[in-house]
Amino acid sequence: MDTLSNLLLGFQTAGTFLNLGYCLVGVFLGTLIGVLPGLGPVATIAMLLPATFGLPPVSALIMLSGIYYGAQYGGSTTAILINLPGESSSVITALDGYAMARNGRAGVALATAAIGSFFAGTVSTLLLALAAPPLAQIALKFGPPEYFSLMVLGLSASVVLAHGSLLRAFGMIVFGLLLGVVGTDANSAVQRFTFGIPELADGIGFVTVAMGMFGVGEIIRNLENESDRSVFVSKVTNLMPNREDWRRIVGPILRGTALGSALGILPGGGAMLSSFAAYSVEKKISRRPSEFGKGAIEGVAAPESANNAGAQTSFIPMLTLGIPSNPVMALMIGALIIQGIQPGPAVMTQQPALFWGIIASMWIGNFFLILLNLPLVGMWAKMLTIPYHVLFPGIMVFCAIGVFSLNNTSFDVYLMAIFGLLGYVFAKLRCEPAPMLLGFILGPMMEENLRRSLTLSRGDPLVFVKNPISVTMLIIAFLALLLVLLPSFRKTREEAFVEED
Amino acid sequence: MRLSIRNPADFWSGLLFVAVASAFLWIARNYDFGSPLRMGPSFFPVVLSVALAGVGLIALLRSFAVEGDKLGGFTVKGLLLVTLGSLLFGILIERAGIVVAVSAITLVSAYASVKFTWKQGLIMAALLSVFCALVFVYGLGVPMPILGSWFVD
Repeated sequence: MDTLSNLLLGFQTAGTFLNLGYCLVGVFLGTLIGVLPGLGPVATIAMLLPATFGLPPVSALIMLSGIYYGAQYGGSTTAILINLPGESSSVITALDGYAMARNGRAGVALATAAIGSFFAGTVSTLLLALAAPPLAQIALKFGPPEYFSLMVLGLSASVVLAHGSLLRAFGMIVFGLLLGVVGTDANSAVQRFTFGIPELADGIGFVTVAMGMFGVGEIIRNLENESDRSVFVSKVTNLMPNREDWRRIVGPILRGTALGSALGILPGGGAMLSSFAAYSVEKKISRRPSEFGKGAIEGVAAPESANNAGAQTSFIPMLTLGIPSNPVMALMIGALIIQGIQPGPAVMTQQPALFWGIIASMWIGNFFLILLNLPLVGMWAKMLTIPYHVLFPGIMVFCAIGVFSLNNTSFDVYLMAIFGLLGYVFAKLRCEPAPMLLGFILGPMMEENLRRSLTLSRGDPLVFVKNPISVTMLIIAFLALLLVLLPSFRKTREEAFVEED
Repeated sequence: MRLSIRNPADFWSGLLFVAVASAFLWIARNYDFGSPLRMGPSFFPVVLSVALAGVGLIALLRSFAVEGDKLGGFTVKGLLLVTLGSLLFGILIERAGIVVAVSAITLVSAYASVKFTWKQGLIMAALLSVFCALVFVYGLGVPMPILGSWFVD
């Protein structure tokens, strides 16, 4: 079977001693930093990205994927132990996970999260291996108009899935697209919006933006109400779920995995949306919905499985189409580009070892996660006792050095400071930073594909409507936006996110 | 009925969007717009700026019509010190070297915390600068001087 031999190639690539090592280091570092309150996967990956520049592409991507899973699991640990979700997708885990911790069942909650994540990771990795090749085959036939419309579809979906004001999310996307055009115009070599600053000729670095918006901005936000932070770290004892627990988590894990795998492919809030959706499904079908929020183990198992499945399947559009579906994938694309690989459907045929190596490393990463985290859980819990006022200056130092080392220029550090400021202002104005980063990374690709489409059609903008695939995607995008404007859908959408507050 | 801002988030983000869009439009007037057939360097940015200005205007109008949440307090101290710390790091890293730069960003940003004490701050600055010098300069080979051009010719 083709998939089997491909997977074998993947495991051969990812299974070398060195790559296993990078995967382990990635998972470890990701968890270590992800466990720190207030640092989500985006900031963690952005911070550690420069450390992978020196590695060969396969190893770099393997390590980054490891960091991603580690950071995500670390976020859940924080959510369960101290009720401070480091990222939006573990917000929901905090509800019942923290309640379980208060009931003295922190260990079981953590183990449930790990088991659910591992199962979800295994299934969705397999799904990825099966779905990626046919999708890439289709994508290879895509021309500029199809790509342009696909990006329009992706961006509209991210507006629909962002929470908070739709109008402002839309504004953030356009703002991101605009920032993306700063730098040298690919076609005319004109330097645009660079103010004559040579460092801007290559455009604004996406790592700088991500680190500023998600790292520094978040720190400023946390400084707002420092005194509210209570550090209550429960003792972690007795990890293993008992028979009754096992019986209760099987269903939620299965449903969470299915839901997460499906929703993760969608652009925008894949991981987050899937954890919210999985939680509300469990709450709806549960025989004891009143237990939810008070330490129901289903309320940990379902969202954790869903968000890990979603995290995995969000690699599908990235690997097959070269289009990121969330800020983490945008960072992955950036990493690929830095490694000299143009992301897109051609990666699979031209670099099969890289492609399948990443997929195999996902499963290995998930395996390491469970291997590493359950024994080390005491250490993670200890990390949480570090008070924030000791922690954040250190994070600032690492962000500054990380950004500096991108191009060895102080200019990027100044830019990071500006984006930190912007990140804080946007957070205050309840404008989601994720759609902006998505727009930012898609900006240059969109312009390029728009230009090529229009050149091919001799300036006829109807090319997007005449092309059957393109027009289908535009119609879906249009319907999605229309759907959001319907009052009944709006209500459901608001309800889906209401648990967060 | 008196006109008043009912949704400050909409109002300020609208204003921000309009301002950014205007700035981009103003700068883009220097670049060639071209035509759909041959998109010039300002084609895409101008289209985007117009869209952003539109979104901003709608948000501005909406802010007077639809009620929204209050913004809540603004931490000027945190904002200024964290930004200042980063800027200092950028200025000092090549001129004074990693030890001074790391100490500066640590102390200045730590000072933003209500729980800041000089003793703890100085210990953190010392530990972090030694750690970073060892790991980043010696370990990872990031080209940052231990002592910068101010101290070494």
